[in-house]
Amino acid sequence: MTLILGRKRGMTQFFEEDGKVVPVTIVEAGPCVVTQVRNQETDGYDAIQLGFEDIKDSRAAKPQRIHCEKAKTAPKRFLRERRLDGPAEHAVGDAITVEAFEPGQLIDVTGTSKGRGFSGTIKRHGFSRGAETHGCMNVRQPGAIGACAYPGRVFKGTRMSGHFGAERTTAKNLKLVRVDAERGLLFVRGSVPGPNGGFVQVRTAKTGMPAKG
Amino acid sequence: MNVIDTIERELGKPVLPQVNVGDTVQVHYLIREGEKERVQLFIGTILAAKGRGIRKTITVRRIVQGEGVERIFPLHSPRVQDVTVTRRGSVRRSKLYYLRDRVGKATRVTELLGEKARRSKAQDKAIRAEMAAVEAQAGEQEAEA
Repeated sequence: MTLILGRKRGMTQFFEEDGKVVPVTIVEAGPCVVTQVRNQETDGYDAIQLGFEDIKDSRAAKPQRIHCEKAKTAPKRFLRERRLDGPAEHAVGDAITVEAFEPGQLIDVTGTSKGRGFSGTIKRHGFSRGAETHGCMNVRQPGAIGACAYPGRVFKGTRMSGHFGAERTTAKNLKLVRVDAERGLLFVRGSVPGPNGGFVQVRTAKTGMPAKG
Repeated sequence: MNVIDTIERELGKPVLPQVNVGDTVQVHYLIREGEKERVQLFIGTILAAKGRGIRKTITVRRIVQGEGVERIFPLHSPRVQDVTVTRRGSVRRSKLYYLRDRVGKATRVTELLGEKARRSKAQDKAIRAEMAAVEAQAGEQEAEA
């Protein structure tokens, strides 16, 4: 499994030979630096830690700065780990670029979804709306949330209004259409969680069942 | 320039034909007939132009056997080979949806004449020349390859 960190740049489209439109999200990913290698002996598990996007020395706290100095790089804004089944093949200081991915393969993209604040049940859970006319007063209300004397309470987990979005979301089994190694861009078919400019993690698909289309 | 703009420029056609709302145009559209491909002409008035960059489309309306027919063409699609202007229209709005309610002679758009038309023609000529240049360049590159 390969992992790379990047930022979502936005969506666009292109045409195939026969005129079909392919919607794509552009992810500007890598180069990531291996900042630490974890192993069974010291950590109890195998993993490598990747760093992405430099920040100024003056902006980084001393522990972070020194941590990155061990890999001989500038302090990084994002550090994420990738679990491994066996001992790591990478050494500290190695770079991982988009070339680790191939066009046509399936990938999972993890990001933080757009925050929608306190949302009603229609937006949050896809409830239906009531009629706006004919004297109806329950246009966007949630409807019944339980029965009467028995059970005499509202069940836990009942879908209601509340905070929506701004949570970790993974879009699974997206097709990687194109890889631009020169500029470090990934062309992902379809949409990806989060706003433009948001931080995303791209990895090879875990289950690998292609989506329709 | 941001990444998306740069990429759209690369993915789309380098030059688009110069068309405006109200123009009467011929759209050269590539259609499949069984195994063969041929170019079909769709002749009509441009009602609306929508979208920017690679998503730019035009809505073309014509009357076929007394029935209005509208088609939306993505200008960057490889299926749309060319759009040629046969008559320039003088219009004061960006969407000519009012033409849908009109029948017969009332569906005509006033022709653009005079200095503006000449300028538009000159612009068109310049764009055609640019398109030819781009094509020639592409041909050369292909020959080299």
